[in-house]
Amino acid sequence: MIRWMVGLIGLAFAATQALAADPIEIGVGYLGVAGSRSTLSLVEQPAENDGVAGAKLAIEDNNTTGKFLNQHFTLEERRIKAGEDPVQAASALAEKDGFIIVDLPADALLKVSDALRDRGTLLFNAGAIDERLREADCRANVIHSAPTRSMLADALGQYLVWKKWSRWLLVVGSHDEDKLYADALRRAATRFGAKIVQERTFEDTGGARRTDSGVTLIQRQMPVFTQQAPAYDVLVAADESEVFAAYLPYRTWDPRPVAGSAGLVPRSWDAAQDQWGATQMQNRFMKLNSRRMTALDMQAWTAVRMIGEAASRTNSGDVKKVTDFIKGPNFEIAAFKGTRLTLRDWNLQLRQPILLVDGRMVVSVSPQEGFLHQVSELDTLGYDRPESKCKLK
Amino acid sequence: MLRAGLLSALMLAAAPAHAFIAYVSNEKSNTVSVIDTDSWTVTKTIKVGQRPRGIEFTRDGKFVMVAVGDDDTIQMIDAKTQGIVDTLPSGPDPELFTQDAAGKTLYVANENDNTVTVIDLEKRARLGDIQVGVEPEGMTISPDGKTLINTSETTNMAHFIDTGSRQLVANVLVDARPRFAEFKHDASELWVSSEIGGTVSIIDPQKHVVIGKVTFEIPGLRKEAIQPVGIGMTKDDKTAFIALGPANRIAVVDTATRKVTKYLLVGQRVWHMAFTPDEKYLLTTNGVSNDVSVIDVAAQKVIKTIQVGELPWGITIAP
Repeated sequence: MIRWMVGLIGLAFAATQALAADPIEIGVGYLGVAGSRSTLSLVEQPAENDGVAGAKLAIEDNNTTGKFLNQHFTLEERRIKAGEDPVQAASALAEKDGFIIVDLPADALLKVSDALRDRGTLLFNAGAIDERLREADCRANVIHSAPTRSMLADALGQYLVWKKWSRWLLVVGSHDEDKLYADALRRAATRFGAKIVQERTFEDTGGARRTDSGVTLIQRQMPVFTQQAPAYDVLVAADESEVFAAYLPYRTWDPRPVAGSAGLVPRSWDAAQDQWGATQMQNRFMKLNSRRMTALDMQAWTAVRMIGEAASRTNSGDVKKVTDFIKGPNFEIAAFKGTRLTLRDWNLQLRQPILLVDGRMVVSVSPQEGFLHQVSELDTLGYDRPESKCKLK
Repeated sequence: MLRAGLLSALMLAAAPAHAFIAYVSNEKSNTVSVIDTDSWTVTKTIKVGQRPRGIEFTRDGKFVMVAVGDDDTIQMIDAKTQGIVDTLPSGPDPELFTQDAAGKTLYVANENDNTVTVIDLEKRARLGDIQVGVEPEGMTISPDGKTLINTSETTNMAHFIDTGSRQLVANVLVDARPRFAEFKHDASELWVSSEIGGTVSIIDPQKHVVIGKVTFEIPGLRKEAIQPVGIGMTKDDKTAFIALGPANRIAVVDTATRKVTKYLLVGQRVWHMAFTPDEKYLLTTNGVSNDVSVIDVAAQKVIKTIQVGELPWGITIAP
């Protein structure tokens, strides 16, 4: 109570400085899909507020800073159901909010981006990792705080090569996104000098992810599926669809580690990350949301903090001014990853270190030592400027 | 270089200078290493609470205060017996703190709840809290004792607090993740390091505006690796030493031109530092290499490395 009053007095002071004017209101929208996908592991089942919980924390952080600058941030959330038009929901948000954090599949995001182009709304892609959104389908009104598939695959590839596990057995799921992830992993293998000794496809034949006697059956299936492989160091699984990868660790025919979609997984964030002052952030998140922080939460937090950072640097809530600053050469953001994060100006992708996690600990952080780059070592992850097909418009 | 080091060591041996005692907090070991600056050896390792970071002598030189963040307190080490004798009610997760010139009031940054806690050092009682920005860290007090400075790492500001009324009087935006603040002894400038921004902002403490910036460039080192944290200012205010974290170097800055004149290679991930009272030596804590570098201030040379505990963080030297 006393603390609160002291805070109030502080606030009163800040306000006097700003001539006691009403605070500048900065509206941020959050657009996601309703319901969550099913995962093989019960502990990895995303919470209903996955993503938006991170945005909420960033709004609080922005407002703590904002009280010194007479700025006030608000968050408005909308969820669309399957088959619902994302443009309608996005347009409704854009009525009030100059910035929208979007967690939608690639096609829906593109629809929203094109529909809001003339309005000047700035979109932040916090969820979609698709390469094409930063390449052929890139848009000038979309900033990407989510990493790309190639950034994730390269982060893993660098570590496996550093570890000298350079012979990979690649197992790919039968869905489109699994194949895209496999493409990124193949590219990483070529770039960093690993060898894919064999590829296998794991067909999704349907069936429930949760059964009462599942383990017995899986224990018989997985060794058989992985037997008679050529000599390999590590099994790399591409299974974004959550069909089989989580079943592989400890069940491969040969005793080999698993990486990719299970085992050692590349992610933008993890609940176990405690380096570079991250503990404070994890504590704040836990206090606010009563659960631990996921990669999607972090991607949304970062997006909202980017808005806050630009608003405080420009001392403005004007969408155009804030947008210009974020896209400009002086923009940088601190996000508990040990280094400043900046935007790739050719496709508006946020450069960021990628964590390699095993579900309990952060095993390593890429880029790995020795992977050099003339501009930024963070650009050893993902498609680089000379390869880019993006023409921002 | 080696010869110069040997020479200095020889000179030391020949004329045993005034010996000082340095205390180093080892964040990972949960210990404090005691260094004798005559022999340059660790004479004792004191077991303390969990995650010791900020460390400072009381003004009378009788106690060493060390913030043990994961135990939510500040422990008092008796400088005579070198044992823990008391704790202070610091508030949750204390990291860095500062005291007034009289040594009566202590101000502690509490990272977890965006506050600065005010403690009466004589009564060892909590007097109140001041609400600041997100993740308060750097703490210092103006030479006249009237203004307390706190930096907040996610808000990216230096907060000016009137110590009489305990109210915020100004907030100055600096580059990303401000870690440390230091006044010139003549109070004409406040220097604030930004770890992620990679700069040191120089603030006019009267007008509350940034009047200059120190930038760093080391050939062959990428910009992201240059992360300024600790700042040490000589008594004549002419030279500043700035620890550059994972760049493994201390920058020597001419405060008149605000330009770096020299980079001194020390241990890995250098964060904090302390001068000996005669200002002959500057000791730096090198977290990743688990050691302390000794810099000959006049010669601007590293003369010695001392192995301490794991992840050395802060350092203080008996007055």
